[in-house]
Amino acid sequence: MKLILIRFLIGGVSVSTFALLGDLFKPKSFAGLFGAAPSVALATLALSVRVEGTNNVALQAGSMMASSIALFCYASCVSWIMMHRPRRALG
Amino acid sequence: MRIQLDFSTVKQTRWHEFAVRFLLGGLITAALGVIGKKFGPVVGGLFLAFPVMFPASATLIDKHEKEKKQRAGMEGRRRARQLVSVDAAGTAMASVGLFVFALLISQLIRDYNAASVIAAATLGWLAVSIFIWHIRKRM
Repeated sequence: MKLILIRFLIGGVSVSTFALLGDLFKPKSFAGLFGAAPSVALATLALSVRVEGTNNVALQAGSMMASSIALFCYASCVSWIMMHRPRRALG
Repeated sequence: MRIQLDFSTVKQTRWHEFAVRFLLGGLITAALGVIGKKFGPVVGGLFLAFPVMFPASATLIDKHEKEKKQRAGMEGRRRARQLVSVDAAGTAMASVGLFVFALLISQLIRDYNAASVIAAATLGWLAVSIFIWHIRKRM
């Protein structure tokens, strides 16, 4: 329970910090770089190194490569749809 | 186009919008700990590139841009969509940097100091992301 709370706090601070950095910069395409900042990964991996060891972290990072490809596809699709099709961002 | 600091977006953002990002980030990170523990590191790692910030940023951009245009007597929907699209394109570029981040950690963390590897991987993410952004701007 204590570990979950620590993860919550560190994750919240990490995500908020990178989100704030993203808000500070322009142009928007540069600010968008922070949308794929390793905020959650930093919090999770830093804690995992201490709790579970480096082998575990290496495995997590290996899987993360696959999810970063998925993030690329997701963001590319959103970019194309928002530019070429009339949709609300929340939709 | 030159990179500039712009504090107007921060001034426009209300405290509850910051709180939502904090809450979302914290919840996702806590959930990842539970998922990793239950299903193992390989499955847990699949969620490390979860788009936590992008949806919140995109909806904020959409909302703020519409408010700005409406204050000037315009609708602002088209401009808001364009800005969200551009923001998403930036996220797509940085996801390549995120791949490099993950690659560096997976290859180096067993053999070197963990803190140094994570720091180097973060710098690697930033360098690759900015490089790709710069190349894309020149095309």
